[in-house]
Amino acid sequence: MSEINTQIKDVTSIQATSSLREMTTMFFRNYAAVAGLILLITILLFVFAGPWLHTTDPFEMVWAPFTMPMQEGFILGTDYLGRDILSAMMAGGQVSLAIGLAAALVSVTIGVSVGAFAGYYGGLVEELLMRFTEFFQVLPTLLFSMVIVALFGASLLTVTLAIGVVSWTAVARVTRSEFLRIREMEYVAAARSGSARDLYLIFKVILPNALPPIVVQANLMVGSAILFEAALSFLGLSDPNVMSWGQVIGSNRPYILDAGFAVAIPGFAIFLTVLAISLVGDGLNDALNPKLRQR
Amino acid sequence: MSLGKILAKRIGYGLILLIAVVVLNFTLITIAPGDVADSIAGDMGGADAEVLAEIRSRYGLDRPFAVQLGRYISSIAALDLGYSYFYNAPVTELILQRLPATLLLVFSSQILAIAVGLLLGVMAARKPNSFTNLIVTFLSLFGFAAPVFWTGILLIILFVAIWPVFPVGGMMSASLIDALWYEQWINIGYHLVLPMVTLASIYLALYSRLTRASMQEVLGSDYVRTARAKGLAENKVFYKHALKNSLGPLVTVAGLQFSAVISGAVVVEAVFSWPGLGTLALQSILARDTPTIMGILFLSSLVVIVVNILTDMILRMIDPRIRAD
Repeated sequence: MSEINTQIKDVTSIQATSSLREMTTMFFRNYAAVAGLILLITILLFVFAGPWLHTTDPFEMVWAPFTMPMQEGFILGTDYLGRDILSAMMAGGQVSLAIGLAAALVSVTIGVSVGAFAGYYGGLVEELLMRFTEFFQVLPTLLFSMVIVALFGASLLTVTLAIGVVSWTAVARVTRSEFLRIREMEYVAAARSGSARDLYLIFKVILPNALPPIVVQANLMVGSAILFEAALSFLGLSDPNVMSWGQVIGSNRPYILDAGFAVAIPGFAIFLTVLAISLVGDGLNDALNPKLRQR
Repeated sequence: MSLGKILAKRIGYGLILLIAVVVLNFTLITIAPGDVADSIAGDMGGADAEVLAEIRSRYGLDRPFAVQLGRYISSIAALDLGYSYFYNAPVTELILQRLPATLLLVFSSQILAIAVGLLLGVMAARKPNSFTNLIVTFLSLFGFAAPVFWTGILLIILFVAIWPVFPVGGMMSASLIDALWYEQWINIGYHLVLPMVTLASIYLALYSRLTRASMQEVLGSDYVRTARAKGLAENKVFYKHALKNSLGPLVTVAGLQFSAVISGAVVVEAVFSWPGLGTLALQSILARDTPTIMGILFLSSLVVIVVNILTDMILRMIDPRIRAD
């Protein structure tokens, strides 16, 4: 009997001290997540360190158009203007990843602010903010961001903002529900009785404890922002002077029946990147919410 | 509250949302640099200040913002979405021409995704270690990560270039313009296959994963154990008791996803040159045809609001527990 009791005690103490180290162990025990992480690091190395080894200018016409991959020394072939696709993949990857990250940052900032204030204050503030969120959910996201880009010009900044502005609603919902839950916790009441100010309570007391689901959501946001940017540039709504994966696809699209590889390769790069991000996201989710895993 | 009252409340609230959408669009278009007069002048090959002023007064662009907005809202209320100078046709007419193609694409792909998603999800939940389960896991990863236009292009490469069984794009062969109605319909169905499968691929992944998760949860609940304990056939437990209760999350998500489905349709239409609203939207955005853009945004928001209300009502009908609040 006493043995069982100590075992139970052990279990509870493990659950109570869900430290960073444990989460890391948890994460690295998940093979899919580790595979995703390795894939992601490989992609980052390819995109950012690759140009040091492969110095061909992505905008320069170097050979006959549509040279097949692995021919004439072009590992990934050339595009409709005879430009090296391997260089385009590296340069385009930098832009796609940067826009994905920046747009996710914008949407997480808006989403966390809206959700935090709604969940913390409740009442009329919550009602108004959640109605505001609902309003953005009604707008067809891609159409709306297409309109923003078309109206304000296609630059990296407008594309990033257009993606961020339409995709924050999920973050706001997650943040709000976490705040609603944590707001009632005893340590919040304790901090409040120590006459802590609202902003301090929101950002220093509640937010750090609400982070796990927000981190998971933010991670997925990066993936969907990359997809979003790709869709916009595929439709021709991106800065024509900047190369991104989506743009390589969009510009080679008229020739798919003759040279499918020029479109298939950048699409595959996007697919791998988003896949890696979502595998890491799933791993994070499991590591940060051990309870979910037991279900 | 009775269902009728809730419905009335939701419709009233939907109208407010719709007006908010119109105000936002109108504001954006007003503060953006350049206006209709500039684009018309651009098409004419340039115009002097006098001509610009005349164009502005003809289209009412010299009036104060509030007056223009009020005019626009009252004309929408009369179902008049303005006049497209680019297509030289009333916007309402343009949109109504293109709407059926988009609705056909969106609803057929949703039906396909829900049907196959349910089937796969249920099969996967039934045998957790089966091959189907692996397929669902794989599909859900692929569906989230693959850009929808890329899926479409891969299908074109596969089924048009390598193994030519489907047409590359469009909605109907031009030669059939005078053919009998059923011949036309068969031809449209034939053109629909690839775009429908492409758009369905994203949601198929989502729905199969969702069905699997909610089925697994329901199967662990007490009433399922009771049903089994009283000796009910396994099929009956599965399809009559468990499935019915795991439909709720599917309906909710399918409804919430609808504005994303419209976004997906825009891209799919562009890939397969499907003559729907998305293609119209892209053309009018590139041409800066403001009245048409605003009309499409208005109409698609209206469709999303209507679908949301319908979802809410369906949920209340299939699940009596929600009716209470």
